[in-house]
Amino acid sequence: MTFFLQNLVNALQWGSFYALIALGYSMVYGILMLFNFAHGDIFMVGAYIGFGVATGLTALAAMGMLALPNWVILVLTILISMFLTSFVGILVERLGYRPLRDAPRASAAITGLMIGIILETGNLALLGARRVSFPSLIDSVTYNFGGVYVTNKKIMIVAVSLALMAALHQFVSRTKWGMAMRAMAFDYVVVPLMGVPLNTIAALTFAIGSALAAAAGILFGVAYPVLDPYMGIVFGWKAFVAAILGGRGSIMGATLAGFLLGFIEIFVAMIFPSTLRDLIAYSIILLILVFRPHGFFGEAYSARLRL
Amino acid sequence: MLKVENLRVSYGKIMALHGIDFYVDKGEIVTIIGANGAGKSTTLRAVSRMVPAADGSRLTYNGKNLLDYSADRVVSELGLTHVPEGRRLFGNLTVLENLKLACFARKDREQIKRDLERVFSIFARLGERREQKAGTLSGGEQQMLAIGRAFMSGRKIMLLDEPSMGLAPLLMMGVFNALREINQEGTAILLVEQNARLALKFAQRGYVLENGHLVLEGRGADLLQNPQVQNAYLGG
Repeated sequence: MTFFLQNLVNALQWGSFYALIALGYSMVYGILMLFNFAHGDIFMVGAYIGFGVATGLTALAAMGMLALPNWVILVLTILISMFLTSFVGILVERLGYRPLRDAPRASAAITGLMIGIILETGNLALLGARRVSFPSLIDSVTYNFGGVYVTNKKIMIVAVSLALMAALHQFVSRTKWGMAMRAMAFDYVVVPLMGVPLNTIAALTFAIGSALAAAAGILFGVAYPVLDPYMGIVFGWKAFVAAILGGRGSIMGATLAGFLLGFIEIFVAMIFPSTLRDLIAYSIILLILVFRPHGFFGEAYSARLRL
Repeated sequence: MLKVENLRVSYGKIMALHGIDFYVDKGEIVTIIGANGAGKSTTLRAVSRMVPAADGSRLTYNGKNLLDYSADRVVSELGLTHVPEGRRLFGNLTVLENLKLACFARKDREQIKRDLERVFSIFARLGERREQKAGTLSGGEQQMLAIGRAFMSGRKIMLLDEPSMGLAPLLMMGVFNALREINQEGTAILLVEQNARLALKFAQRGYVLENGHLVLEGRGADLLQNPQVQNAYLGG
């Protein structure tokens, strides 16, 4: 039992990363019917921006110009990086996808892959081939709950992720911007007839998705402090799988499927050798998709942003 | 207030409108009748900037060049609203959300509140169903909501595409009575209809559109008596 609970905690942490990234895939698909295949790399860019912001803030603190406890620095890092990374998303939409709004979907997919390569190699050119390590902002403390070991970092990661997801849910269901996003997912052709600027909503969707990916990147950096320019590829593809599994365009679906992916991976690794982890985990997911090709909350031939 | 000159629209190589001229004055009800495929919907879409007008077309609204405006600004800045064919409601949003979305660009909170109440007083059914998803409404209620939405988003002038489509006669009368009421409060209406008799009775002036050309125009009552119109559109 403790063994199971121990893995459950780990699964929640992995699931948080996947779910946060999957949300961006799903939201963009929901309103524009395209998969932003550069999204995994935006996660990477977010992690690096977080690295830059955290390094900068700790340096200021070390020089005595900023008297803040480390946890405040971490919160600031997350918020500032989410804000900055949202502009990366807006830029990707504006330069990469908007010119292709009426082009065949395959062009947009290829563009996404190219943007991903540009972000990876751009990072390489900028910072060189060395890996960077994310500054350790909080000291790891391990709590023992009746034999289940939980670190403060894991609690923080899961709590921050859930808070962001709840905030997103509130935003999409309560604000007029969220309402416009849902409307756009249902029938984007007539949205301008309501006096709603399509391009603003599209940019906003990219901004939110990218900010969530940045949060995932920083949380990942807190748990696994080594960053490299290609870290977004595997995460991106796995989160993409989660978005499909949840049902394209479904916010709830992407969240649940992200966590499910984390669970399947961790529990497969619990039983089988870890080298077989992804092989077995993704075979299971393939099997689920054979029986539910539209995912948990997806509908045939439609792309609707739902809650 | 709305003036359209030499409006030409093509879809690829096919020309849908071959240079048409018409106008709508303040507070007026004007109709464009014509057969399926004559270009009626295209005319409305060109005015609301959903489809591009060809070079040489002149569309002005209170002296402003409509071609300078994007589709969303036509609504949010000029108050020119378009109720599209088939209503096109957001079925995943509630009745209230559909109406609120139509106020996306409006800032006048107090007036929005009054307008909402006005919509619910004109269409009592919508008030009863305000928390219901628009996709669950009946055809008549959906048309009411589509008109209510246009009412919320500007209502200086309303372009209506086949509001009678798919409605039983009684419901249809209800919808047109409501439109009359909205018009009497100052909203001009440009109505496109296949149901020519209904449209010509309802409108002060009418145009007849055939294969992308305006072939006749006149007062609604006169067009109703016109033998050409009677033969072609009123079943002889």
